[in-house]
Amino acid sequence: MKIGVITYPGTLDDRDAQRAIRLAGGTPVPLWHDDDDLKKVDAVVLPGGFSYGDYLRCGAIAAKAPATKEVIRLAKKGLPVLGICNGFQILVESHLLPGGLIRNEKQHFICRDQKLRVENNETSWTNLFEQDQEILIPLKNGEGGYIATDDTLKMLEAENRIAFRYVETNPNGSMNDIAGITNERGNVVGLMPHPEHAVEAGFGPDTPTAMRSGTDGLLFFESVLRMVVNS
Amino acid sequence: MPKIIVEIMPKQDLLDPQGKAVATSLHRAGKEEISAVRIGKRIELHFDREITDQDLEMAKDQASSFLSSDVIEDVVAITKED
Repeated sequence: MKIGVITYPGTLDDRDAQRAIRLAGGTPVPLWHDDDDLKKVDAVVLPGGFSYGDYLRCGAIAAKAPATKEVIRLAKKGLPVLGICNGFQILVESHLLPGGLIRNEKQHFICRDQKLRVENNETSWTNLFEQDQEILIPLKNGEGGYIATDDTLKMLEAENRIAFRYVETNPNGSMNDIAGITNERGNVVGLMPHPEHAVEAGFGPDTPTAMRSGTDGLLFFESVLRMVVNS
Repeated sequence: MPKIIVEIMPKQDLLDPQGKAVATSLHRAGKEEISAVRIGKRIELHFDREITDQDLEMAKDQASSFLSSDVIEDVVAITKED
């Protein structure tokens, strides 16, 4: 199973995403922003970082890149796409997901291990989680405050399209404690926290069991691999 | 040089952290009469020829679809300068 990871100018977490895919049992395929050939991958990850210097708005210029245009076309046909952090911002700017992301409520860049609740375990990227499962995933962003119009929020709630909610603390002022959302079909998921940083014991977040032993992020990638195999 | 100027402001009900920081500094400098500061963007589209109505239409289109995000910003003006 081939999962593409797009590198934009300013992407930081492409290699970590590739490593996560490898640890989950998939084959990572590096993709380049300026190339519209997605190399027949079975799914795509838009990783975190600061594409094109976050000029104009975070993700706005990346949303117009040749590779992203192809992602938009294929996502509408059902290609599983995961946007992490800046990738989430790119998905929002691409209109594959609704709403917007603004500067954190308290203006600070935040880096912490964040508890999330899986609100929808039927998406391409969450199907191995239990419904309402609480997971621990690193969060690191400056512009992670999710906002949307009242109508959009109502629609997301009514259609069960909130994939993840922050638990205990809302770190960035996101409306309705939203950490991640999905599209109608469930193949496109975007979230601010970084599952690719919680995939290997020894390098993940601290858990009550042991230091740095958190690997909750691995299930994102195993979920999509399982889904692709079954389809 | 002929240009189209697009002016964009953060939505009224959203916190504008830049504006807030600048207002605080102005108050510190004794300019208490300034009640608030808001900071937006001015984007110039330059042309090497005369600007047509079609160009203005295109600018309007790009202003709402790419240069601004209607979730967080408003396009407050699009003007032509010769």
